Amino acid sequence: MSAKQNILGKLRKSLSGTTPLADNFDEALVTEPWSYPPEQRIAQLRKLMEAVHTELHLTTGQAWPQLLAQLLRERQLPSLLIAPGTPHGQRVVEYWQQHPGLPALKAYDRPVEEWKAELFNDTPASLTGTLGAIAATGSLIVWPTREEPRLMSLVPPVHFALLKASEILDNFYQVQQQHKWAEGMPTNALLISGPSKTADIEQVLAYGAHGPKDLVVLILEDQ
Amino acid sequence: MSAPTLIPTVEVQDDFRTRAHKALGDAQLRNNFRSAMDSLMTKRAVAFSDAHEREHLRALGNAIRARALSKLPDLLEQLEQNLTRNGVKVHWAETVDEANDLVLSIIRAHEARQVIKGKSMVSEEMEMNHVLAEQGIECLESDMGEFIVQLDHEKPSHIIMPAIHKNAGQVASLFHDKLGVEYTKDVDQLIQIGRKVLRQKFFEADIGVSGVNFAVAETGTLLLVENEGNGRMSTTVPPVHIAVTGIEKVVENLRDVVPLLSLLTRSALGQPITTYVNMISGPRKAHELDGPQEVHLVLLDNGRSQAFADSELRQTLNCIRCGACMNHCPVYTRIGGHAYGEVYPGPIGKIITPHMVGLAKVPDHPSASSLCGACGEVCPVKIPIPSLLRRLREENVKAPDSPNQVMRGQGSKYSRKERFIWNAWARLNSSPALYRLFGFFATRLRNLTPSNIGPWTQNHSAPKPAARSLHDLARAHQGKQGDQ
Repeated sequence: MSAKQNILGKLRKSLSGTTPLADNFDEALVTEPWSYPPEQRIAQLRKLMEAVHTELHLTTGQAWPQLLAQLLRERQLPSLLIAPGTPHGQRVVEYWQQHPGLPALKAYDRPVEEWKAELFNDTPASLTGTLGAIAATGSLIVWPTREEPRLMSLVPPVHFALLKASEILDNFYQVQQQHKWAEGMPTNALLISGPSKTADIEQVLAYGAHGPKDLVVLILEDQ
Repeated sequence: MSAPTLIPTVEVQDDFRTRAHKALGDAQLRNNFRSAMDSLMTKRAVAFSDAHEREHLRALGNAIRARALSKLPDLLEQLEQNLTRNGVKVHWAETVDEANDLVLSIIRAHEARQVIKGKSMVSEEMEMNHVLAEQGIECLESDMGEFIVQLDHEKPSHIIMPAIHKNAGQVASLFHDKLGVEYTKDVDQLIQIGRKVLRQKFFEADIGVSGVNFAVAETGTLLLVENEGNGRMSTTVPPVHIAVTGIEKVVENLRDVVPLLSLLTRSALGQPITTYVNMISGPRKAHELDGPQEVHLVLLDNGRSQAFADSELRQTLNCIRCGACMNHCPVYTRIGGHAYGEVYPGPIGKIITPHMVGLAKVPDHPSASSLCGACGEVCPVKIPIPSLLRRLREENVKAPDSPNQVMRGQGSKYSRKERFIWNAWARLNSSPALYRLFGFFATRLRNLTPSNIGPWTQNHSAPKPAARSLHDLARAHQGKQGDQ
C-alpha cells in the first residue's frame, strides 16, 4: 500500500456513513462590508496603501512617462528595468527615445539564468503594469506573464507600478468573479499591498525586508 | 559599544513543568512576551472593530473549514489532479521520516547543496534543517524571525513571530557574534544586515522550500501569505520549489480563500492583508523567463488522520495557523513558546501535538490551561479549544484496557488509585443513605481533616467541613417554619 492509499483509506473510513456538508457560502459577508462608491475607491486605496509606506501619484495615460522620468531623476536611480513586450514598456522606450539623457533602460527579454547576477546586483528599479487593484485591502493585482516576468516586482529595490483607475475593484471576491479566476489561474498570481516589510524583531516595523524597499504606484485617472 | 545583554535560553530538556518554572523565573523572557502579546491583541481588536462583521465572518470561516473536512479525501484527490495537470508533482507522506525521504530524494536528483526555506511549520515538524544538515546539505531559514532563531540554534517560540522571545538588544548581540557585524540595536539596520546575507543565499540556492497557507482543490493553486518577500524569493528564484504542507490545508473553492485570508491576517497580525499573497499554480511554462522549472508538493499526515477519525477531535484540523490563540493565552504569555517543548506551542499546540507525538509524550499539555476560554473566543474558525482540552484530559486518564482506542498514548495519566477515589466519590453522591452517613461523620469529625493536602494547600487554605451540613440546616429551618 502506498502512503497515498493509506492516508485516503483512513480518511474515507472515518467519514463512512456521513454526508458532505452543504456549500452555504454567503457572498454578502465578503462583499457588503467592503463596497465603495466608485468615486471613493482611489481614496480608500490610498488610505490603506499609504499606511504601509506606499507612494501614490495621480497622473494620466498621456503624462505618466514624464512623471516616471521625473521620479527616477529625483531618486537618482541610474537605470530602470522594463518589459519591452508590453504596451507600457513600449511607451517608455518611445518617451526615452524622444528625451535623451534619461536613466538607462534595461529590458527583461531573456531567461533569468542568463543575467541573474545583474538582476540581483545591478538593477535598482523596475516598472510593471497591474491587472487592477482592490480598494478593500489596498492591494495591487499583479499577474506576471512571459512578457512581464515574476521577478520584476520582487528583486529590484524600487518597484513602479501602473494602475488604471477604472480597474480598481472593491474587494477580492469581486476580483475573482469579474476576472473568472476559478476558470483558470496563471502560473503565478499576486496581490501586492505595499513594499516588503517585517516586524519580526520586537514587533518594530521595518521596511525593505527581502523584496522592494519602495513601492510607487502611478494611477492613471483617465483610464 | 554597549555590553551585550543576557540571551535567555529555555533548554528543551527537563519536563514541561520544570521548563515552565524556569521560564516563569526569567524576567526578560516574560517581559518580551508580555509586551508582544499585548500589542498583538490590541492590533487584532482594532482590525475586527465591528463585532457583527467579525462574528459572521468567523461563522463562515468555520463552515468553510468544516465543509472541506467533510469531503477531505475527495478534495485531496481533486487537488492532486489539478496540480498534476498544471505540472506540479504531488507526493504523499504518512510520517515525517517519509516526508524527509521524499525531500531528500528530490534534492539528490538535482545534486543540490544549498536549500533556502520560506517559513513553514510543517518543515519544523519534519526537523528538515537538522535532517538535511546531517546529509551535508545547508538548509537556511529566510524569514527574518526564523533566520534569527536558526542562527542561535533555537526553535521558533511562536508560529507567526518565531523570534518574539528576543528583544532588539539580544538580536544585536547575536548578529555581532555570529555574523561579525558591528553591534547595533537599530531594528532597521538589523533587518538590512539580514537582507544582505539572505539576498546572496536566494541568489545561490539550488532548491527553495516553503509551506502552504491554503491549497485550493478547484484550481490546483497553492496560496502563501507573507510580508517580507522571502516566501516569493524562495518559491520563484531557485530552479526547484518544494512546498510541504499538512493534508488538512485544502479548501474546496477559490472563493473560499476570500474570508479565510481576511480572518487569517487580521487574527494573526491585525493587518487587512499581508504585503504579499502569492498564488502558485504551476512551474515555469516553456516560454516563460523565470520561476522554478519544477514544483513539488509534499502532503504530510503525521497524526492528522488520527485527529480526523473522531468527529469532535476533527475540529482541531480547522486550524489556519494564525496564532491568535497563543496571543490571547494567559499561560502562553507567561511561559513563552519554548516551555512547551514541541513545534506548536500554546492552545493549538496543546490540542494538535498529542496527535503528532502521542499523548504519552506530552501528558501535561491538556492540563496546562486554566480553561479561561480566551482561545476559543478568538479562534477565527471557531475551534472549541477549551472543550477539546477537556476531552484530551479525559483521554489522558482512560483505563489502559478501554476498548475505545481514540489516540496514540491515551491513558498515560491513568492511575488506579485516582480512579478508585472517583468511583467512590460517585457512589457516595448517588446514594442518599451513604451520603447522609458521610455528612454525619464529616461534620462531627471536622477537626480531624488534615491541614496539608498535597498540591491543593500550596496555594489554598485546607478545606474544613462546616459544623452542620446544608441539609441539616435546611431541615432545621423547615422545622422552625413548621412551628410558626
